Amino acid sequence: MKSVLAEHLIKTYRKGHVRALDDLSLDVEEGTVLSVLGPNGAGKTTVVRILATLLAPDSGHATVGGINVIEHPEKVREIIGLSGQYAAVDETLTGWDNLVMFGRLYHLNQKQAVTRANELLERFSLTDSARRPIKTYSGGMRRRLDLAASLIVKPKILFLDEPTTGLDPRGRQEMWEVIEELVKGGVTLLLTTQYLEEADQLADDIVVIDRGKVIARGTSDALKRQVGGEQLEVVVDQHNIQATVEIVARVSGAKPSIDEGLRQISAPVSSGAAALIEVLRSMDSAGIHPLDIALKRPSLDDVFMSLTGHVAESGPEVEEPKKRGGRKS
Amino acid sequence: MKYAISDALIITKRQLMLLVRVPEVLIFSTIQPVMFVLLFRYVFGGSITSGQPGGYVQFLMPGIFVQTVAFTLAGTASGVAEDMTKGLIDRYRSLPIARSALVFGKTLGDSALNIVVLLVMGLAGFIVGWRPHSGFLKLLFAFIFLLAFGYSLSWIGIFVGLTARDARVVQNVSFLVTFPLTFLSNAFAPTTGMPRPLQYFAEWNPVSTMVAATRQLFGLTNKFGVTAGSYPSQHPMVMSLVYMVVVMAIFVPLSVRTYNNSAKKK
Ligand SMILES: Nc1ncnc2c1ncn2[C@@H]1O[C@H](COP(=O)(O)OP(=O)(O)OP(=O)(O)O)[C@@H](O)[C@H]1O
Ligand SMILES: [Mg+2]
Repeated sequence: MKSVLAEHLIKTYRKGHVRALDDLSLDVEEGTVLSVLGPNGAGKTTVVRILATLLAPDSGHATVGGINVIEHPEKVREIIGLSGQYAAVDETLTGWDNLVMFGRLYHLNQKQAVTRANELLERFSLTDSARRPIKTYSGGMRRRLDLAASLIVKPKILFLDEPTTGLDPRGRQEMWEVIEELVKGGVTLLLTTQYLEEADQLADDIVVIDRGKVIARGTSDALKRQVGGEQLEVVVDQHNIQATVEIVARVSGAKPSIDEGLRQISAPVSSGAAALIEVLRSMDSAGIHPLDIALKRPSLDDVFMSLTGHVAESGPEVEEPKKRGGRKS
Repeated sequence: MKYAISDALIITKRQLMLLVRVPEVLIFSTIQPVMFVLLFRYVFGGSITSGQPGGYVQFLMPGIFVQTVAFTLAGTASGVAEDMTKGLIDRYRSLPIARSALVFGKTLGDSALNIVVLLVMGLAGFIVGWRPHSGFLKLLFAFIFLLAFGYSLSWIGIFVGLTARDARVVQNVSFLVTFPLTFLSNAFAPTTGMPRPLQYFAEWNPVSTMVAATRQLFGLTNKFGVTAGSYPSQHPMVMSLVYMVVVMAIFVPLSVRTYNNSAKKK
């Protein structure tokens, strides 16, 4: 059964001037994870808000848990959990206050709400800061609390809009662990992200969207094959370049590209870490010491490069760090 | 929906919890009116002839009370605007609760804040010589009347907060509306000294009818200039009630609808 189904969604803003969704369709099989991958302004938040009944599309059709989101939004709200792009918790209240209040709004009685709040705080490692106002929380803690608030009544279907954007690597890792655990518990998950790595880690299926359109869909492996998979990069001394190129070519099966200036040899590899070890072993027995060696995963930019031929562009609302010169378009 | 009322009360409780967690809100909501009491009582009061037995402070306090509850509009509006920008409204709207619960809960919560503020004001007034002498029941009724006025205004506040583009603008817009209304009225000085056209405006001004009604309930007599005998001067209480009903009839459905259709602004 399809837990989430969206067909031909169109949504425009500013009287049609901004086309946020342009005939977008997607679906999520029950008990699986779909990742919606796209750059700033692609329409990720818009599609999540439509599915979570917060926004009506101009046209198109969507069901969540088999229920039409436009005709019966109140029924949809009973089975979903939503954690929006910006942690939506009450800054001035404590973590505990927030969870108990949301529990009460889900019509738990006071005792149940308190029990559930304590459970969730424990599970998200927030027990120690439960009695502090949210404004004293770090970004990662806020995000976790926000997620906890959307899990109060154990929703069957969960929407997470960029759950790790703005978190440091450790915060991201923690969030991933939490999400993986939820997925093991059987929840159906639709998550949006700007990171291919995240989609790869968490999702069964990926749809890549750009300017409101789906530009690719498939499993993360299929997508990476399409993009060219991982790239092995080795830096060696000048006199070792030739020998290293031979080793890399043998392991990768492709013709390596050589950057003479950086003394870097790179080639696509399909077997990831195994290829890395293989190359290291061969280099070791040939007596070559790598100055640097790394596996580079394809990024969203690489995906975009190979799918659309252009790099991911930022949406209009994103401020560029350097305000020099005109804006590229 | 059977939970509509209990959901609203949970939101009200959240508003009250904010007061406990951030006592500054309460302090700043009362400091300003208390400063007004002191300012008018001791700085301007000497040169305003109110003609009331017991002095200017008797005349002043109803005006201050009404002004204080009138600022509920700004308070509610900026609270809602803040929730909008932080995405909190989105979260509430994704919950399986009655969609009217949030707006009703907020307006009730702000009224609860008004109870506390009015009590503090009353105490401050008493300290500087305010002595209502119409009996406890009328006094209580006057306070309920004031709370009802604040409650109806907070519905305008909800609408302003939901529709404003920017949370920072909200405060300014609300003050721009409430300041002329409170000053072009009988709140701080009798209207008899105003130019004729202003007197007409002042007498029909809802702030004036509220102040006149409150004065009546405190056992004072209202004085009028050119407008003596007009309906609002004769029946300030009825007129005030009419205003409240009209405001609620327009802004309750409007605010609930706007809330249901509101999209988050970045
Ligand atoms: N309320 C709005 N009014 C006008 N335009 C909007 C509004 N909300 C979104 N848009 C526009 O619609 C497009 C899609 O926006 P959306 O927020 O869905 O993108 P996103 O993929 O979530 O981006 P991000 O990664 O920055 O969160 C963007 O061009 C955005 O500027
Ligand atoms: Mg977004």
